[in-house]
Amino acid sequence: MSFNIKRLKLEEGAATREAFGETLAELGSDERICVVDGDVNNSTFTNHFKDRYPDRFFNAGIAESNMVGIAAGLAGCGKIPVASSFSTFLMSNAFDQIRMSVAFPNQNVKLVGTHAGISIGEDGPSQMAVEDVALACSLPGFAVLVPADGPSAAAATKAMIEHEGPVFMRCGRPKVPVVYPNGADFHIGKANTLREGDDVALIANGIMVAMALDAAEALASEGVQARVIDMHTVKPIDVETIERAANETRGIVVAEEHLAYGGLGATVAMVVAERKPTRLGFVNVGDTYATSGQPDEILERYGLTPDAIADAARRVLKD
Amino acid sequence: MPSARSEDRTELEAIARRLRSHIVTATTKAGSGHPSTSLSMVEIIATLYFGGVLRYDPANPHDPDRDRFILSKGHGAPGLYAVLAEAGFFPVADLMTLREMGSPLEGHPNMCRLPGVEASTGSLGQGYSIGIGHALAAKVDGRDYRVYVMVGDGESEQGQVWEAAMYAGNHGLDNLTLIIDRNNNQQTGRVNDIQPLDPLDTKLEAFGLAVRTIDGHSLDEVASAFEWARSTTGQAQAIVANTIKGKGVSLLEAAQDKWHGKPIPKDEEAKALAEIGASL
Repeated sequence: MSFNIKRLKLEEGAATREAFGETLAELGSDERICVVDGDVNNSTFTNHFKDRYPDRFFNAGIAESNMVGIAAGLAGCGKIPVASSFSTFLMSNAFDQIRMSVAFPNQNVKLVGTHAGISIGEDGPSQMAVEDVALACSLPGFAVLVPADGPSAAAATKAMIEHEGPVFMRCGRPKVPVVYPNGADFHIGKANTLREGDDVALIANGIMVAMALDAAEALASEGVQARVIDMHTVKPIDVETIERAANETRGIVVAEEHLAYGGLGATVAMVVAERKPTRLGFVNVGDTYATSGQPDEILERYGLTPDAIADAARRVLKD
Repeated sequence: MPSARSEDRTELEAIARRLRSHIVTATTKAGSGHPSTSLSMVEIIATLYFGGVLRYDPANPHDPDRDRFILSKGHGAPGLYAVLAEAGFFPVADLMTLREMGSPLEGHPNMCRLPGVEASTGSLGQGYSIGIGHALAAKVDGRDYRVYVMVGDGESEQGQVWEAAMYAGNHGLDNLTLIIDRNNNQQTGRVNDIQPLDPLDTKLEAFGLAVRTIDGHSLDEVASAFEWARSTTGQAQAIVANTIKGKGVSLLEAAQDKWHGKPIPKDEEAKALAEIGASL
């Protein structure tokens, strides 16, 4: 499965979950790292770690609450536990365990939710995490990462392990275009500006970054110069980069594969409202659950396309 | 780390009385809290910390080789604080700051603020899973410490307790002992009227645990159960401790289903302390 993002001149790459799993196994020589998976390790790709370090891999079964608690206990013993499952089962099912056993005592637990967003496609809305970023961002002390592509997910995995404190990283199911063909520079809390432009700023994360680049290309053909910012860290948000975009452009479009409430859009709006009010446009799933279908069809149906981003930019610039 | 302290029976009884006294005075002064929940577990925690069961060093509360006690039923905090203070993790005088703004003795245990607290608890059902994490870390690191987790019987209505029991049972975590403070009461009434747990012992056995049922107020039975747990290999253990909610204070014992989360009124405190024998 892969996206058919028209006009995007980049090679099809790995799924972010795959890059995470491979990188985690590479980092596994650090004996502090333990993995607790919710019996989806052949989907989260923590299998790679399991194969190399079976003594530090624990299959918690289909019991995310217990899984997160085990991770918290491991962290209490100085381990760096990575708890992984489908993002909706991890964040929604085990939210109180994440709040009480991880966030409140500030435990050094790494939560990795895969199969996030509506781009999982056929499996349908029960499997689609569209609230996970909002849930994670609501927790004091959490860093919340949404990498855009394979190289970025690999770098994010390394940054996540090195970071002291709880982290939620969101990965997707499908293969995604490569945004960082030469490898990603990933610093938690520091956005990457991928394209310069002073008419409008497109702030995106996850799969929407590649689409924002595509939208910028389309806008350029109309004489509109769009700045594209990969806001891979939703929390702590990069206030400086947002403020600069608000100052230097005529408006900002925020694109994310998430519900409208509580995600990247809401976070950027908060920063803009406080620092430098400007026109805003939002591209997201809205306030609804999606349906089953082919990933491309579903993304199109719910308005997550390069065209939708470009349209939002045109609306922002119109006023 | 100093070896576990083993004190004689008379001394253990005196410690139990002091813990009860602390529980009553601290919650009465605070004007809130859960004394009855704390009183039911006194003999168990007294034996853990002073009966030669737990290996710990108050001067080095994060020693990687320490034994762990996790109070999953976090509302029993006054009891946990009392035993930690008596054990030397912080001054006994601090107990009277319970629930005050600025005090690390919060309404429910906060591991970041108080030495000796192994897990922040209070949202019920979560401590056993955390205990599994500690037990697995011991196996990974080849350390010989043991992990003890106490849950309430009302708390055992939480599904996570059974997820954890399934895991501990299936994985033979013999360094992990679950203690169920079976005081038969929860917030609005008796456990048996709200969500009966019986047969609790055979339920736990069916989950793969080695189970022993005891009188949780008999120091002999408590000590013997911990001895049994320590000598059990290849299987996680559960101790079902039959207890009395509010044990030692007649006012609370007489209406066990009426005193959840209520401190003893100021004008009843002297009588309660006299019953406990706290003038010792």
